[in-house]
Amino acid sequence: MMATINKNQIESWLSAVTDPEVPVLNIFDLGIVRDIQLQHNTSQELEKVVIVITPTYSGCPAMDVISTQIRMILLSHKIPEVEIQQQLSPAWTTDWMPEAAHDKLKKYGIAPPQYRNKNDQLFAEEKIECPKCGSLETELVSQFGATSCKALYKCLTCKEPFEHFKCH
Amino acid sequence: MNSKATDLLFCTLEIADNALIMGHRLSEWCGHGPILEQDIALTNIALDHLGQARPLYQKAAELVNQMSKEEKEAAFKSPMLSRLFEKSKHITEDDLAFLRDSWDFRNVLLVEQDNGDWAQTVVRSFLFDTYNKLFFAQLIHTSEPTWRGVAEKALKEVTYHSRWSSEWMIRLGDGTEESHERIQNAFQNLWPYSGELLMASPSQKIHSDIYPSVDAKAYRQEINRILETATLTLSEEDSWMQAGGKIGNHSEHLGYILAEMQYMQRAYPEMEW
Repeated sequence: MMATINKNQIESWLSAVTDPEVPVLNIFDLGIVRDIQLQHNTSQELEKVVIVITPTYSGCPAMDVISTQIRMILLSHKIPEVEIQQQLSPAWTTDWMPEAAHDKLKKYGIAPPQYRNKNDQLFAEEKIECPKCGSLETELVSQFGATSCKALYKCLTCKEPFEHFKCH
Repeated sequence: MNSKATDLLFCTLEIADNALIMGHRLSEWCGHGPILEQDIALTNIALDHLGQARPLYQKAAELVNQMSKEEKEAAFKSPMLSRLFEKSKHITEDDLAFLRDSWDFRNVLLVEQDNGDWAQTVVRSFLFDTYNKLFFAQLIHTSEPTWRGVAEKALKEVTYHSRWSSEWMIRLGDGTEESHERIQNAFQNLWPYSGELLMASPSQKIHSDIYPSVDAKAYRQEINRILETATLTLSEEDSWMQAGGKIGNHSEHLGYILAEMQYMQRAYPEMEW
């Protein structure tokens, strides 16, 4: 039974690990999984799984929760030993989030990140589409939202506030 | 004379302590911000700083645990840490953050200055963020792997921090008469603390190949660019600069900061969440 566990199996189990703040995204949507390593003993039995992840933001508190979730899911599937390694370099960027993740965010009501935009101009604002009504007549309220990864916007057309996953 | 390992440890602590103390100061605004969105902005920025500090303290703890007992005792003079060294215990990131006394901290004096009014907080951040932007832009090229990893992330975050503080300098400077006066005063008060950022500590000089220094001219150019748009003036560019933080000589402020920050760990030793 142990011999049939491979990387794909681990991946499908781990796709249930979601971002606690944005539960529509799993860790593959976030693009934080760098590597999955399976270690076998001399009798070819799986004895350890190593998951390498890269943190999104320096102080992201969700990373600890996600690590715990990863560990618990794998232990629940009888993996004898689980190790989670953090790889700081290369640094995570929103560019690692697949297109499918962008669609999930939009449906959830969060404006997805734009792909690589140089944003150091003071008082400059990207044109962000309202995820609720699609209007481009939106306004930045604050670069800092409820979580480190999100900015606050409001739509001048439908008047609803919404969050934008910042480009990073 | 320190061992090279001790100097590497001290360099790591310089960067980590700046992040921790600045993060702590900004977190003191939580619940007291002038408007909700700015309260949130500051706590977000504080969290970024704390997140930068953590892997650096982990690296520092690793370095300490590899040192000899003599090196450890020469590096730190904090009784609570000495106790752990006597028992030959391995120390962690938490021990470094919560059991060191002020003389073992290596942050610059700027970050321990009090929050004051909104203008003072903005200026303190502006002076620090401008330095960080230039510092991390170089640190991403260092051969020290932990510093490089932290810098890659920190550079992106610091770009947002710098935008925040620069925009507020302009809003307040080129604002009302009162906002202009307050920010001008805050700037005059804090400018003498900016020089220390650019002064290399003895440990930094030993590791100058991996620990970059920020050029004073480049720093002043960035500062002046924003001051101009903010209609602010710098009366004495070459004023006397306060220093001492990097070698453990701190202002009275740090004592109060640590008394609050370290209270739980010292009152309930080895407590866990």
